[in-house]
Amino acid sequence: MNILVCIKQVPDPGGRFMPNAAATWFDDAGLVFRMNDCDEYAVEEALRLKELLGGTPEVTVLSVGPMRVVETIRKALAMGCDRGVHIDDPEASERDPWQIASMIAGHAMNRTYDLIFTGMQSEDRGSAQVGVLVAEKLGVSCVSGIMAFEWSDHSVTVERELEGGIRGIARLKSPALLTCQQGLNIPRYPTLPNIMKSKKKEISVLRPEEVGVDASLSSVAGFRHHERKNAGRILEGEVGQIADQVVAMLDAKTKVLRRGGAR
Amino acid sequence: MKLLLVGESRDGRLPGEVLELFGFADVLGAETSMVLVGSPDVLPLFSGRLYLADIRLYGEYNPEVHKRLVLKAIDQERPDAVVFLHSSYGWDLAPRVAAAMKVAQVSAVTGIDGEGFTVDSCNGKMRRTVKPSTSSFVLTLQPGAFPALRISGIPEIIPIDADQATRVEYIGSRKPEAGVDLSRATVIVSAGRGIGKQEHLDLVRDLASVLGGEIGASRPVVDAGWLQRSLQVGTTGQTVSPELYVACGISGAIQHVAGMRGAGFVLAVNTDRDAPIGDVADLLVVADIVQFLPALTSRIKAWQASGF
Ligand SMILES: Cc1cc2nc3c(=O)[nH]c(=O)nc-3n(C[C@H](O)[C@H](O)[C@H](O)COP(=O)(O)OP(=O)(O)OC[C@H]3O[C@@H](n4cnc5c(N)ncnc54)[C@H](O)[C@@H]3O)c2cc1C
Ligand SMILES: Nc1ncnc2c1ncn2[C@@H]1O[C@H](COP(=O)(O)O)[C@@H](O)[C@H]1O
Repeated sequence: MNILVCIKQVPDPGGRFMPNAAATWFDDAGLVFRMNDCDEYAVEEALRLKELLGGTPEVTVLSVGPMRVVETIRKALAMGCDRGVHIDDPEASERDPWQIASMIAGHAMNRTYDLIFTGMQSEDRGSAQVGVLVAEKLGVSCVSGIMAFEWSDHSVTVERELEGGIRGIARLKSPALLTCQQGLNIPRYPTLPNIMKSKKKEISVLRPEEVGVDASLSSVAGFRHHERKNAGRILEGEVGQIADQVVAMLDAKTKVLRRGGAR
Repeated sequence: MKLLLVGESRDGRLPGEVLELFGFADVLGAETSMVLVGSPDVLPLFSGRLYLADIRLYGEYNPEVHKRLVLKAIDQERPDAVVFLHSSYGWDLAPRVAAAMKVAQVSAVTGIDGEGFTVDSCNGKMRRTVKPSTSSFVLTLQPGAFPALRISGIPEIIPIDADQATRVEYIGSRKPEAGVDLSRATVIVSAGRGIGKQEHLDLVRDLASVLGGEIGASRPVVDAGWLQRSLQVGTTGQTVSPELYVACGISGAIQHVAGMRGAGFVLAVNTDRDAPIGDVADLLVVADIVQFLPALTSRIKAWQASGF
């Protein structure tokens, strides 16, 4: 049995973002990169299934991006994935979701993956498209935003999260693609022995032309800071002084202090 | 401009956000029709063509079959754009429709910018304008971004049908476990990922306690198992409207803000001055919760002890 997990490397949101010269995306300078949040759940779920099946499935982890994404592939290998595929594309950030999906599908087309896990959406682009598009391009069945996963002899039962925390339950058969939502499981940390082992694991490098890239269907402009809508006050400085100001403001603007701790 | 809006049914009802699809069409001054898998007894009121498939036949979640139904309506209507909500229904179905049409999709649209559409980037700290290059395209709209437009009229109903073969069998749904009802709390102090570790929840609890409030959470705190799922505030959690909402180490993602926008006064404590929570905060304290929360709690205690 073969499992593919698609992971994206994204910047840590705590960083200071600056648009690149063409204002099509951010400039990498000064940013710290890590694995997209949802994708960690995807990796974890694949590894849990591998363990459940006595270690027989082979778990491949794939990422499309420039050289720096190898570091994130390494993290997935250290978590326990068996091998890596790096589609080395320095232009990845300029590609639209359709193009990214075409590269992933181009790779998966020639393999027989029984299951593909992706994240539901990436934190930087947030399009929630790539996973479902890959499924459509491969013609495999797909459920998005899963919060529970169960495998029983090629039959998959999943719960997808709906508005208000309601869960919809669906059943499908492999081959299938599932996009994973935050909270699906609790992703593991790589252990030291696994980090050591992962250094020997193979990462195949492919060029975009080798897997095939479709033409883009959309373009991006005006990448910019979010303009503040609200003229709320900002307090900075010594915490004791700020705390005093906050108490004064809460007293002036709300009745909550006067009601006190009475429940 | 001609739009085909894709309505949706939740638990047999039309969710209120469906009116935002009309609001969006109105902002564009577009001609509209709608496709809906719904109940013939609960119809959207507008004057235009409504391509209707009966939900009793096609189910609430049945993406492969709903895709065929939407494509049927597209075939007849030939719209410039097909517009979904960026909801669990919309983000699942839209890429399937876009892939079948081989056209661009722009997701979670929050605004219109010339010939393009504004969308958030990088957890809401940045934004960008995405322009479809295909002659027709698919959009999903971020709930809450466009005004809900209540219109009237009687739609012209055009029944549609499709092959019902599917590889995804829908079994049913399950309600979230009942827990604390935060909807009536007057004060909520919520913990976000920025609290750093579970032990720091005590700092949040202490503040909630002196304020006589309840504790709430953003999603990652619940995902990590630090607090029970029922305390989550946001689109997939509870919607709250306390007199005071304190966001501790919460960045202000759109899905969180959707659940607490109705709060009277919002105090945010965050180390990042640029965090999007600043958009909805009446007061943003730029500080580390580990230092600031105990300071605030002790000041409030002293203030209360002083007999106001
Ligand atoms: C379909 C969908 C539904 C969702 N539903 C919900 C929902 O219902 N509710 C919800 O909350 N989220 C929901 N989310 C997740 C949402 O997108 C965000 O990922 C989440 O709200 C982020 O939580 P956070 O603000 O706690 O964490 P982060 O975004 O990681 O933010 C942490 C913040 O803490 C600050 N910080 C760090 N250290 C400190 C410190 N020491 N002191 C003070 N501040 C600090 C950081 O600057 C940052 O702003 C949903 C997502 C999707 C895709
Ligand atoms: N460059 C990429 N490389 C590998 N997987 C990706 C890439 N971009 C997106 N994905 C996958 O697709 C999911 C949805 O991404 P998006 O459509 O950008 O929101 C992510 O969570 C990843 O699992």
